[in-house]
Amino acid sequence: MRRSKLLYVPFWVTIVFLYAPIAVVVAMSFNSGKSAYTYEGFSLKWYGVLAQDQRVIDGLVNTLIVAAGSTVIATVLGTLLAVGLARHTRSRALDAIALMPAVLPDLVLAIGLLLFYGLIQLTLGLYSVVLAHGVFAMAFVAAVVRTRLANTDTSLEEASRDLGAGPVTTFMKVTLPQLAPGILAGAMLAFTLSLDEFVIAFFTIGNLQQTLPIVIYSMIRFGVTPEINALGAILLLVSFTAVIAGQRMTKIGEARAQD
Amino acid sequence: MSPARTRPATALRVRRRLGAFVFLTPGLAYLVVLLLVPLALVLSYVFFQRGRFGGVVYEYTTENFSRLLDPLYLRVLGESLQIAALTTVIALALGYPTAYLIARLPRKWKTVALVAIVLPFWTNFIIRMYAWIILLNGPGLINSALKSLGLGPFELLYNQGAIVTGLVYSYLPLMVLPLYAAIEKLDPQLREASANLGASGFTTFRKVTLPLTVPGVLTGSLFVFVPSFGNFVIPEMLGGGKSVMVGNLIRTEFLKARDWPFGSALALALVAVLVVLLLAQAWAARRA
Repeated sequence: MRRSKLLYVPFWVTIVFLYAPIAVVVAMSFNSGKSAYTYEGFSLKWYGVLAQDQRVIDGLVNTLIVAAGSTVIATVLGTLLAVGLARHTRSRALDAIALMPAVLPDLVLAIGLLLFYGLIQLTLGLYSVVLAHGVFAMAFVAAVVRTRLANTDTSLEEASRDLGAGPVTTFMKVTLPQLAPGILAGAMLAFTLSLDEFVIAFFTIGNLQQTLPIVIYSMIRFGVTPEINALGAILLLVSFTAVIAGQRMTKIGEARAQD
Repeated sequence: MSPARTRPATALRVRRRLGAFVFLTPGLAYLVVLLLVPLALVLSYVFFQRGRFGGVVYEYTTENFSRLLDPLYLRVLGESLQIAALTTVIALALGYPTAYLIARLPRKWKTVALVAIVLPFWTNFIIRMYAWIILLNGPGLINSALKSLGLGPFELLYNQGAIVTGLVYSYLPLMVLPLYAAIEKLDPQLREASANLGASGFTTFRKVTLPLTVPGVLTGSLFVFVPSFGNFVIPEMLGGGKSVMVGNLIRTEFLKARDWPFGSALALALVAVLVVLLLAQAWAARRA
């Protein structure tokens, strides 16, 4: 019994290690003073400063545009790719290519795309980041949808074809509805990954625009302020809510599937 | 075979091909243009000379490879390996007992504990590193706390220790998850049998649990090592540019020095190290 109690020590060390920095960011965001280190009293003023900061607002808008655009590309192409790989080919090389962006170091993909955009003389901007994020996001969507495909019954599709439905009708009315939870999960994953992505955006966005992670990165280079803490606290709240909601949704999905 | 029987078969095959074409082409075309072509460019730029203002001059050279062997760059490569290895070892030391405990928890608490481990991973990466700047900085919280005990101040930020801390913090969940998966599916009867045969708890762990979870250890280590080795953001934010890793060199060559061919050579070296590790992992996993 004593030994199993002892096991709780590294577990709680891990939890404290993971959450202490986050707690500090949130606590210091309510600091009334100017310092990010010494707490002087409770205030919401840095949230006000944040709401007035045009760079942050622009960064947020850019990030949402990039995330939305790349999620659409990744979801459509990734879903088709997953169905194609699962149902229409046995090629392991194609499997490997589809998964490659997820395992390749982000830095290598980033410089490859920088070279490519340079070669075709594309002016860098938000759309070059959208295209770039589409690459790795697609790999994740395809992987999630394939997992779902592996767990679905092909006999429904066969029945649909036997009853005279064409391939398009079968895909739209039978395959897609079965895959819907997987597609949704993949799209959410793609969106979240794009929101947070820094390295590839940093290399492929050019000098004129910034996504939110790049805005934060350059703010930090000019010194730490409670404004960054306030921004951090909001972002933490948003992603915590999203992850927990996602967790709940998959649980409900699983419960329904078991019924 | 009568023509009447072959025709539907052919039609079916044509339709199959059409299906494969319709489903596979859009995604694969996208990946060819925006993944394979860019990677091919990285691979081919290595053999060219740098342009005067960035870009490339299409004249063949092997100079970029010979420059890689410069002791200066070899040292950076060595230091990157060392930092990534240290990160992996610490993550394993912290992650294994954590995963072990989670696998033993009642079902309800398992999910809660796993979500708790993974949750920080889904929050903004830059913000998490910023949190460590606040904690470790000279006037930061750890030093303030130590000061009240009459200790310090210590130089905690902008050194190798800070980089490793940031890397462990970022990638620890990637260690815990595969370990958890490996430990969770172990048959508890194996440990019971070992205990019944008189083995102590530690012997059971060493002779039964650990060997059977080696694949999880290997996967987790790879998941932590790979992003640590190629990182440039954490060394820059927490290392203050004092410790340079391969990623920082690549970043400088591309965005500051604008020597794309040599930057490509460095990226290639990075990928080569990772491929060797992947192959070693696959080999070790098959033997385990």
